[in-house]
Amino acid sequence: MRVLLALIALALAAPLAAQDSLPPAPYAYQQLEDPELEAQATELMHTLRCLKCQSQSIADSDAPMAGDMRHQVRTRIAAGEDPEDIRAWLIQRYGDYVSYQPRVTAATWPLFAIPLALLVIVFFILRGRFARRSKGAGE
Amino acid sequence: MKGLRYFLWGLVALAAGLFGLFAYQLTQPKDEFVESAMIGQPIPAFDLRPALESQPGLSSADLADGQPKLVNIFASWCVPCRAEAPQLETLRDSGAEIVGIAIRDRPEDVAAFLQVYGNPFTRVGADDISEVQLSLGSSGVPETFVVDGNGVITYQHIGDIRPEHVPGILARLREAGA
Amino acid sequence: MIAEFGLVALWLAAALAGLQLVAGFFGMREGGEQVAALARPAALVQALLCGLSFLALIYLFATTDLSVKLVAANSHSAKPMIFKLAGTWGNHEGSMLLWITVMALAGGLIAALERRLPERTMLATLGAQGFLALGFYAFILFTSNPFERLPLPPVEGNGLNPLLQDIGQAFHPPNLYVGYVGLSVAFSFVVGALLTRQVTPEFARVMRPWVLGAWVFLTIGITAGSYWAYYELGWGGWWFWDPVENAALMPWLAATALLHSVSVLAARDALRAWTVMLGVVAFSMSMVGTFLVRSGILTSVHAFAVDPERGSFILMLLALYIGGALVLFATRAGTVAEGERFSILSREGALVVNNVALSAILGIVLLGTLYPLLTEAFDVRVSVGPPYFNPVAAIFFLPMLVVLAIGPLLRWRGDSFARIRIPVIILAAIAVVTLLAVWLLADIDLLPLLGLALAAMVAVGSVLPLRGRSLRRLPIAVWGMVIAHLGVAVALFGMAADTAFQQERLVAASVGDVIEDGPWQVELRSVKPVAGPNWTAIEADLGLTYKGAPAGEAKPQARSFWSPPTETSEVALVTRWNGQLYAALGNQAEDGRWQLRLWWKPFVTWIWYGGLLIALGGVLSIIGRVSGDLRRRVAARKIADRKADEEALAAGAGA
Repeated sequence: MRVLLALIALALAAPLAAQDSLPPAPYAYQQLEDPELEAQATELMHTLRCLKCQSQSIADSDAPMAGDMRHQVRTRIAAGEDPEDIRAWLIQRYGDYVSYQPRVTAATWPLFAIPLALLVIVFFILRGRFARRSKGAGE
Repeated sequence: MKGLRYFLWGLVALAAGLFGLFAYQLTQPKDEFVESAMIGQPIPAFDLRPALESQPGLSSADLADGQPKLVNIFASWCVPCRAEAPQLETLRDSGAEIVGIAIRDRPEDVAAFLQVYGNPFTRVGADDISEVQLSLGSSGVPETFVVDGNGVITYQHIGDIRPEHVPGILARLREAGA
Repeated sequence: MIAEFGLVALWLAAALAGLQLVAGFFGMREGGEQVAALARPAALVQALLCGLSFLALIYLFATTDLSVKLVAANSHSAKPMIFKLAGTWGNHEGSMLLWITVMALAGGLIAALERRLPERTMLATLGAQGFLALGFYAFILFTSNPFERLPLPPVEGNGLNPLLQDIGQAFHPPNLYVGYVGLSVAFSFVVGALLTRQVTPEFARVMRPWVLGAWVFLTIGITAGSYWAYYELGWGGWWFWDPVENAALMPWLAATALLHSVSVLAARDALRAWTVMLGVVAFSMSMVGTFLVRSGILTSVHAFAVDPERGSFILMLLALYIGGALVLFATRAGTVAEGERFSILSREGALVVNNVALSAILGIVLLGTLYPLLTEAFDVRVSVGPPYFNPVAAIFFLPMLVVLAIGPLLRWRGDSFARIRIPVIILAAIAVVTLLAVWLLADIDLLPLLGLALAAMVAVGSVLPLRGRSLRRLPIAVWGMVIAHLGVAVALFGMAADTAFQQERLVAASVGDVIEDGPWQVELRSVKPVAGPNWTAIEADLGLTYKGAPAGEAKPQARSFWSPPTETSEVALVTRWNGQLYAALGNQAEDGRWQLRLWWKPFVTWIWYGGLLIALGGVLSIIGRVSGDLRRRVAARKIADRKADEEALAAGAGA
């Protein structure tokens, strides 16, 4: 009885839920045969932004467009393309927004310079603190 | 001690900068649109099978035939696409040539959709795995691109076309034709 | 009536916060003794009134009074009672009222119990607390009145969203607010100590339980939030460096540094400036986090209650409190003398490294989270995600772990390397051997490799302080430290192991197919529809075999809710001591096969066990510190009594 009810309800619910009518692209939910290539693809997919979702990578999303992007990544990797070339191809189309891995550009260099500066500041804080100490202890 | 004082005033300045940035961003309208970086670029090569039995499909060669065109990216399952249908009709009646790319759609659904909401297109290509959409740098439906006669993308309109957008798009199309 | 009563109580509480502010700040001046007497009673009555106001709102939700706008928008008469109650704070207005209630109760508690500090410092602290509370009252009363009535009550409420009917969701936010409020109390103590130039070990001892308490709640909040994302989002990820996650992580990082710094100040009268700075920063980060989440200026999966007007109000408070505190600190920098000296090879030295590293990590998380906001102001959009945060944070995090393993072995003030040579050699050997063994046996990335080696080192290092000590006589606070540090090792091991060794299988399977995933064999036995109270689902029945032996079953579902129509993926988790099998069911393909997503995630659960151990360590520390304080207070009273007796005797003898 419960099962029957569920079936009826599901039939009713289906049109509401229909979003797009086509099945996902072949490699949206299917791994590449070669584990080496699949590992490359997975690593890349985790660093590409799903454009339809809010701050999720295409590897963590059920959005159809994320599926289509995964298909692009996997087929291109299978065709022997370098993961970084695929990233560059996407950046050429969507700008840096699509990649979670910032490049060093005129707009992003502080992202890398500031941690380096922090490293230097940390060094000086520690040195300042302890150099004086040991001198004080020696007196 | 002097070092600490400088450091703290630095921190005050940093906080002030941060609050300034927050205040500025609060006054900015938040748009979630991801703009295509392909504007000014020639349209990438593609060849899509027809989405309808009655009309031809779409290839990149069709977009470099000397005539400026509007490329409308749509889908039968997309609700705002229904809302913009009258504006597409207006654009066509004003002399724009519009070609369509149907995203992730079945032929019968496309046919039914165009039957109900009107068919402003001269050609409709079917993009089943969003491949052309991705290569155009488009991130949703509906979007409309202006492509000049040489097949170069000159403008992108994101979201549904409202009546107030029509004159602007026509102007862009004229620019692309000149 | 009840709604009006709640609103009146809230206005009165706000007025009392104003009184507390005036009484505190004027009372601490010379000749202000008369107003000073009002500060503590004002805090107590304020706590009472604010508590009543919150109870009124709970009552309105419990009875589903639809004439109140907030209830009509967020509740429904058919909701189970527990979710009606949780609905009280499951929205912006109610959650702010909960926040200010917790804050008022904390203020009342200090006013009633805390008598260790000089009275002037106490008054300044209460004044600062009243000042903070007043801002939040103004925020609620002017922008987010929870008691607003509707002219025409609707027939039924709006809030039956099944996705929000989740026990975890119901108790996650209050947990975080308690953490934030704890940091606000620490902030008030810092302001009080700065105003009266009393940055002393006593101040640190008074502040410590609040910092520890806040930190425990934040730790639990982050751990629970991570597990929630893990099972709810359906793709097996447990940390995304998403802006909202970062907004919760930043106060935690600052609080972690603060609690270590406070311990040094309490025990050794050193690191005064650090403690004050971290006290200000920790509270700033909880306000910045709140601002980022509520103003909607960042995009996130978890964003809620987005409203620019409220955003501007929070921003004003942020600028007033944080800017004010920083300026106060900068002008008083000279009075916060450096404190006792110590050498680099000492417990304090190790804790300075810890403070510096945690602050640097905090800086990086803040930078990475806000950088997209900065470039957007120049019309450039960038994304900063895991490929940035992981390696850049690791630059500071990994060395800090080395210090974490060794630091607790060091003596206060100064130590000699000769004394700790043997344990250091042991620890180094453990790290190197683990590193080489994993490197030779498995081909994994550098970060997880270092993570595994350091996890082993920290695990051993964290229990070494127990060596040669009587376990029964060991102070509870030391147990707290050992367990919390062990928790860090356990969590780190879980993260590294899952990152390095997880095995993913995405397949289209027909009924009867057997899929191999690591040591597991998964047979798709059947797929059938099932029904729940407000949903229907397709459920897969998976028969499991682990290393050849039957290992039960898993039943992942793809669920459809009716109202509002939503689809969710209910993953099936099979937990073993050494990891979890994570199974999710996707759609049916045209050829009738089903999409299955399977992950074998070795030791992934250790991440959250580690988080809970860290929180447990914090709880033990609180118990140890508070019971120690009580014992000291009793002892002090006895001495004072005896002294009084002796004086009375002497006086009697003299007469």
